[in-house]
Amino acid sequence: MRSPLEIDRVHVAYGDTPVVKGVSLKLEPGEIGCLLGPSGCGKTTLLRAIAGFEPLRRGSVVVDGRVISSTTTTLAPERRGVGMVFQDFALFPHLSVAANIGFGLSRLGREQRQARIDELLRLVDLPEVRDYYPHQLSGGQQQRIALARALAPRPALLLLDEPFSSMDVELRETLARQVRQILKRERTSALLVTHDQSEAFAMADRIAVMEHGMIRQWDSAYHLYHNPADRFVAGFIGQGVWLPVKRDAQGVLQSEFGPLTTRVGPSEAVTEMELLLRPDDVVKGGPGLEAEVVEKAFRGAEILYRLRLPSGVEVLYITKGHNDMQPGERLTVRLEMDVEVLFPLESMTPSGRM
Amino acid sequence: MEIASHAKEKSRTGHRPSLWRAGVLLSALLLALPILVVFGYLFVPAGDVWQHLVDTVLADYLDNSLRLVVGVALGVLLLGIPTAWVTTVYEFPGRRLFEWALLLPLAIPAYIIAYTYTGLLEFAGPVQTLLRELTGWSARDYLLPDVRSLGGAVVMLSLVLYPYVYMMARASFLGQSLSTLEAGRVLGAGPWRVFFHITLPLARPAVVTGLSLALMETLADYGTVQYFGIATFTTGIFRTWFGLDDSAAAAQLAALLMSLVFLLILLEHYSRRRLRFFQTGGRYRHLQRLPLVGIRKWSVFTLCLLPLLFGFLIPSGQLLIWALSIAEETLDLRFLALVGNSLLLAALASLLTLALAIFLGYGRRLYPSRAMTFAVRLSAMGYAIPGTVIAVGVMIPFAWIDNRLDAWLRETLDLSSGLLLSGTLFILLFAYAVRFLAVALQSVESGLARVTPNMDDAARSLGEPPLGVLRKVHLPIMRGALFSALLLVFVDVLKELPATLILRPFNFNTLAVRAYELASDERLADSSVAALTIVAVGVVPVILLSRAVSRSGGRDAESA
Repeated sequence: MRSPLEIDRVHVAYGDTPVVKGVSLKLEPGEIGCLLGPSGCGKTTLLRAIAGFEPLRRGSVVVDGRVISSTTTTLAPERRGVGMVFQDFALFPHLSVAANIGFGLSRLGREQRQARIDELLRLVDLPEVRDYYPHQLSGGQQQRIALARALAPRPALLLLDEPFSSMDVELRETLARQVRQILKRERTSALLVTHDQSEAFAMADRIAVMEHGMIRQWDSAYHLYHNPADRFVAGFIGQGVWLPVKRDAQGVLQSEFGPLTTRVGPSEAVTEMELLLRPDDVVKGGPGLEAEVVEKAFRGAEILYRLRLPSGVEVLYITKGHNDMQPGERLTVRLEMDVEVLFPLESMTPSGRM
Repeated sequence: MEIASHAKEKSRTGHRPSLWRAGVLLSALLLALPILVVFGYLFVPAGDVWQHLVDTVLADYLDNSLRLVVGVALGVLLLGIPTAWVTTVYEFPGRRLFEWALLLPLAIPAYIIAYTYTGLLEFAGPVQTLLRELTGWSARDYLLPDVRSLGGAVVMLSLVLYPYVYMMARASFLGQSLSTLEAGRVLGAGPWRVFFHITLPLARPAVVTGLSLALMETLADYGTVQYFGIATFTTGIFRTWFGLDDSAAAAQLAALLMSLVFLLILLEHYSRRRLRFFQTGGRYRHLQRLPLVGIRKWSVFTLCLLPLLFGFLIPSGQLLIWALSIAEETLDLRFLALVGNSLLLAALASLLTLALAIFLGYGRRLYPSRAMTFAVRLSAMGYAIPGTVIAVGVMIPFAWIDNRLDAWLRETLDLSSGLLLSGTLFILLFAYAVRFLAVALQSVESGLARVTPNMDDAARSLGEPPLGVLRKVHLPIMRGALFSALLLVFVDVLKELPATLILRPFNFNTLAVRAYELASDERLADSSVAALTIVAVGVVPVILLSRAVSRSGGRDAESA
């Protein structure tokens, strides 16, 4: 099967300001991808370029084997076969729910159109609102109708621009999972834009972390978390702290907790490095260090502690909610990690990992 | 992010922004021309006539205009605020009817109510006749205050202009959070203290907006003060223009009048800027109406009935009686021609104004920038400017162009172009566009605001080409707004008097001009058919307005 989306070294600029700088990305059929990054990183611009609302300066966008954007051509949005769900949903206020969903189905006959509308209303589980108008729907319902409208013409690719940002925080993850199920059921390939990693984790198969118009890493959520490609990704995804590490004469890396498994080749001139410590890399029990509880954040099923090591370095430690300690209490902790992510001091990219 | 979204707007439509932008800036400049011309005369050295005016009548103009403004301000506040308050918080007989009927006086132009009451109250009129019959007095036994006085003008103007205050105050009262008021009560304030210390201060910016609209109309009024023989700026401009034949001095008077208007605008602007600090946020519960009983019920009923009675029912009833008495003689071909003229003029003017408003509104949406916003604001300024001032500001440059053109044609081709611009309907249409663009623009912009940029994009991504988006999304969403823009300008043009009087082509009459002329000649009954037609047409936008007012109340209730 052809890839639903292949973008190759894409550059987009507003006037003289480059916004997207050489981004490449490929989606597998049925895959849900995500552009994740802080505001201003160029993710929405990239999405709008794929939809055909922004021209490319360089590079190309290929959807389903068809070149729809390149330096020389920008196929009009209406001729791309790319659907889009907007941040504010952009439902047409003068049309009923059914007419909104049917808007992109003008090529179908009346009966086929009605059948497809009903099919989509069932898919998003809202058959009862068929004759309502957008202002009569709740925010969550509007969003599902916007999704149904975008899916109706069976686009080769669906784009979602911050689709949950106007929802209540508590609802976002649930909605993201619902939308994921709907997309998977329709076998639609999709690309989502968000700045919220829990949304990205709940919805996407693969995530591109973007910064300053470039993709830092294009990977699964698990790998982004445990195997970040650079300091930006490490800092942007999840929580963590940096533990100082020194190389001794034998080339063994020594941390406060003792020697690490990772070896550094003799060619490495660097002697001082930092180890990324996630809260779940720190576990209770010896042999280890005695640490003092500095601060705690109760999160129901779990508690996140900030611990101070004898050297004064503070690390994060997460534990089940029954394990209640007060600031000032002491406990013994050690490290337990699958992958050691190490960065030379002041360097963006990791030097060694196991 | 700011930069990104800004740039996004720019590239959205791509290709020929410069042409559109230049067009918008040019039309804005053209529409602002009359105002700029009049302002320019502030810096022209004063002539003899001006000196004469300063020595003789200027103090009177200023004095009378200010008295009028202060009087009308008191009048509209006293009529507008209590009625707005009781229809918001109390339940009493006819409350739902009063809610919109209290807007009806807005349909009657001030000059029409003025001469209707003059006819009602004159010696041979029904009131005095009845009084004499009931008491057996003769003319020398009693003394009624003369309606044709400054006080009379204040009453007339207040009766038809209070709806501005009523409307704004009511919207503000409706929008106030019940919790705020309850907090006041819990803190130990009685209902009167709550009203004067919480409700009214919260509504003040809205009330000031309504008040300044009413006062702009007061300063702009020509028909009433002329009919009552009160010397104000508007009558002074007419007198100087036609009587003394000095356009420069007339323009200088106009500039002074315009400065007064700008003071009002500044006041309004200042209070509006504070408006957002006064707005109560997000979720609130709606006021529950308190049912009234006994004497209070009927006194509140009377409070609402009186402005409606004197501001609409009595004058329109009198007009109707007059009109019926002379209908047979008046409803002839000449009257039909008059109606035809008015309708043609109003239709042309509203179409022209709407087209301009669409052009400017879309220009600002497609190519947003500070310059565009400024240009659009500038071109909408005419609404605050009295018709007399606009007439002067339009006439001076147009006459100049006509003279130049004529001289040039005589010289080169030995032809005379006559008054190509200033002597035809063209100048009148242009003046209407200047005066009423803001009305149309407001509708167009509120319609456009309902079509978010993402809706354009959504329609495109669903397969519609740009023209299809315009046809299937923009037009249907904006249809209502465009229609009401057309209608509002249409009615405003039909009612407009001073600019039409000055700028109409020779022997071209409209309903408003005819009604005014007949009334000036003391042929009150004869003028009634034309006047009644204007009132009847004027009721239409009031009904639209009242629907909007009650809808906004309804929406509050929904979100509560």
